[in-house]
Amino acid sequence: MSKLYSGAEIVFKCLEDQEVEFIFGYPGGAVLPIYDELKNHNSIKHILARHEQGAGHAAEGYARSSGKPGVLLVTSGPGATNAVTALTDAYMDSIPLVCISGQVPTHLIGTDAFQECDTTGITRPCTKHNWLVKDIKNLEKTIHKAFEVATTGRPGPVLVDIPKDVQFQKASYTKFKKQKKPNGKVHNLFSQKDIDQLINLMSKSSKPIFYTGGGVINSGPKASELLREIVNITGFPITTTLQGLGSYPGEDNHFLGMLGMHGSYEANNAMHDCDLMINIGARFDDRITGKIDEFSPKSKKVHIDIDPSSINKNVKVDLPIIGDVAEVISSTIRTIKKVRPNFAKSNNQKISSWWEKIQKWRAVKSFDFINSTETIKPQYAVQRLYELTKNKDTYVTTEVGQHQMWAAQHYKFNKPNRWMTSGGLGTMGYGLPAAIGVQIAHPKKLVVDIAGEASVLMTMQEMSTAVQYSLPIKIFILNNEYMGMVRQWQELLHDKNYSESYTAALPDFVKLAEAYGCVGIRAEKPEELDDKIIEMINTDRPVIFDCLVDKQENCFPMIPSGKPHNEMLLGPNDQKAKKITGKGKTLV
Amino acid sequence: MSKSKSAYSTPGKVGKFDTHIIVVWVDNEAGVLARVVGLFSGRGYNIESLAVAEIDQKLSISRITIVTTGTPQVIEQIKLQLKKLVPVHKVADFKREDKKVIFKEMALFKVVGNNLKRDKAIKACKKYKAVILDKTNKSCVIQITALRREIDLTVKNLKKYGLVSVSRTGAVAMTRGSEIFK
Repeated sequence: MSKLYSGAEIVFKCLEDQEVEFIFGYPGGAVLPIYDELKNHNSIKHILARHEQGAGHAAEGYARSSGKPGVLLVTSGPGATNAVTALTDAYMDSIPLVCISGQVPTHLIGTDAFQECDTTGITRPCTKHNWLVKDIKNLEKTIHKAFEVATTGRPGPVLVDIPKDVQFQKASYTKFKKQKKPNGKVHNLFSQKDIDQLINLMSKSSKPIFYTGGGVINSGPKASELLREIVNITGFPITTTLQGLGSYPGEDNHFLGMLGMHGSYEANNAMHDCDLMINIGARFDDRITGKIDEFSPKSKKVHIDIDPSSINKNVKVDLPIIGDVAEVISSTIRTIKKVRPNFAKSNNQKISSWWEKIQKWRAVKSFDFINSTETIKPQYAVQRLYELTKNKDTYVTTEVGQHQMWAAQHYKFNKPNRWMTSGGLGTMGYGLPAAIGVQIAHPKKLVVDIAGEASVLMTMQEMSTAVQYSLPIKIFILNNEYMGMVRQWQELLHDKNYSESYTAALPDFVKLAEAYGCVGIRAEKPEELDDKIIEMINTDRPVIFDCLVDKQENCFPMIPSGKPHNEMLLGPNDQKAKKITGKGKTLV
Repeated sequence: MSKSKSAYSTPGKVGKFDTHIIVVWVDNEAGVLARVVGLFSGRGYNIESLAVAEIDQKLSISRITIVTTGTPQVIEQIKLQLKKLVPVHKVADFKREDKKVIFKEMALFKVVGNNLKRDKAIKACKKYKAVILDKTNKSCVIQITALRREIDLTVKNLKKYGLVSVSRTGAVAMTRGSEIFK
């Protein structure tokens, strides 16, 4: 008879066979047997967060920067509900997470027991799939299946809910061999005919554009290399979504910058005027398309995506190609090389007037801003941060708001997996815990959270986690005392009625840093910024950097809601928005 | 500019709505119906009727038949989203006008009244394979199987004959001929 293991032991045996190195979590009554077992498994390190949401975002940061699934361990009831924001965030941005939650014993389920909640019911719409394991015999196969579902096809979060009595019950365990290429539900559904059709469209086009997204990052580093190759072969311009930043070098001449609501003038105009749009791993999100009816009216649209339900969801496309991005690009490159070896040469002339047009849009310099010698402009702060960290293979996370958009506009990425931001759900408080997860995955690298003071306060408690594990993350706060993006919308769309967007009693972030046992640095004037940033980089401990920036700065360019791509608002030179004075801002 | 006060885009043009019957084969496991129904409510799709039961005890497969309305784009999304659910095996989609498919609903009517009224009620149901399931000297329970609109009509008709209670199933569907949906 084979050896019997407790449910808690089986959980760890599964994690070991899945080659899990880190779990992010928070203990509680219903997961105590699993926590009790932790000591017997040296290959797995537990990172204790201060809130389950923080643990979830840390697991996301770990997953996004490493390409491995993030593992989250929480207790029943509030533990599970606190994890819901992180699970939803991971669902929207297609991040593989495996959440293991404790549940009250099976005989108490449905009795409104202490710390009971319908975890699988609550998380059903925010996971790819979830399971309540009521029988110990199903535990092993359920956990392995959970990893498979999370990591195959379009990745996403899953949850396994394990009642406390199941954690004590015993069953046998057979060693699991992790397959190199797990055969998930989604296969490559494209054929050579699709590729031929794509190449046919590409060779006919005189105004093409690549529009790429997070799918390229999710497909693995090889996809980013292939993307560079295909841009190189074709000479087509490329723009990426917020999530796609890093899949193509940010300083390359073919790169038009990010597109969308706060994307570059050249990227958005090129999207509007193109005759061929090749969407690779992006999903025609509303922040990208603007007004759907007037979205890129003259183009043929190709959509390459691993998720069949992404096709024709928001925008009708002419050629859908369903498959893994890396494999689609690689067979496209193979075919081009075979049937049109001098594609680039023959094509250069055809698209040269298109490039001329793009250069004209580029000359508008839509990311420009009016710098100041008095106050630090937030864009200037991001630019200086970039210049001073660009040679360091830096990992950047962000919170959500104006600072996030400025970071996306002014920080240039050369490699995938270096940029972690909450795009789909737009979760304020994402960046700090995500930075913790990134630093866990890359202990020797510089990890910076470009933050806003409002967002970062939502998960500030995780500084304590960073200090506990000596994670030298840098929280670079662009502090304008406002929920900047809310304030910007109110200024532009709500007659400057700044309803509840000013935080009147902010903490002293330098003292707060000291209270957490890390380092606080403040920069108030443009001339001291560089020295302070260098001081931050050279500090081998967690840092909260309080960068006091212009309070009225707005994020431009901008496509106002419900407008097409070619009706962008440019920066302050373009419009004469009256600025409010510093006095009385608590009153407005 | 000041007209648009929403951070979200304005809705685009809405296409024509069609009625479709979606048939879903699923693993008969806890929560599977909630997953399917939750997908509809979460994404704002309609459900006009729903019928579900286990059809294979050995493999533990249930068949869910959903009548829904939507634009062609929405119907396509419904199918693709359903196929992504882990316990879903296959998804079939039929237009209501499709002649190759049989649709049937069942209804039970309780009629209370004198002999004359009850007889008239039974007569009104005759063309829908009426079966009398229960009879007293004051009442009867009639079962019919028919299409949705036929049942709607019958309900209307029976009102004057003392209809006091109606119970109906959702539609179930099957293709005609020897073919089955794979």
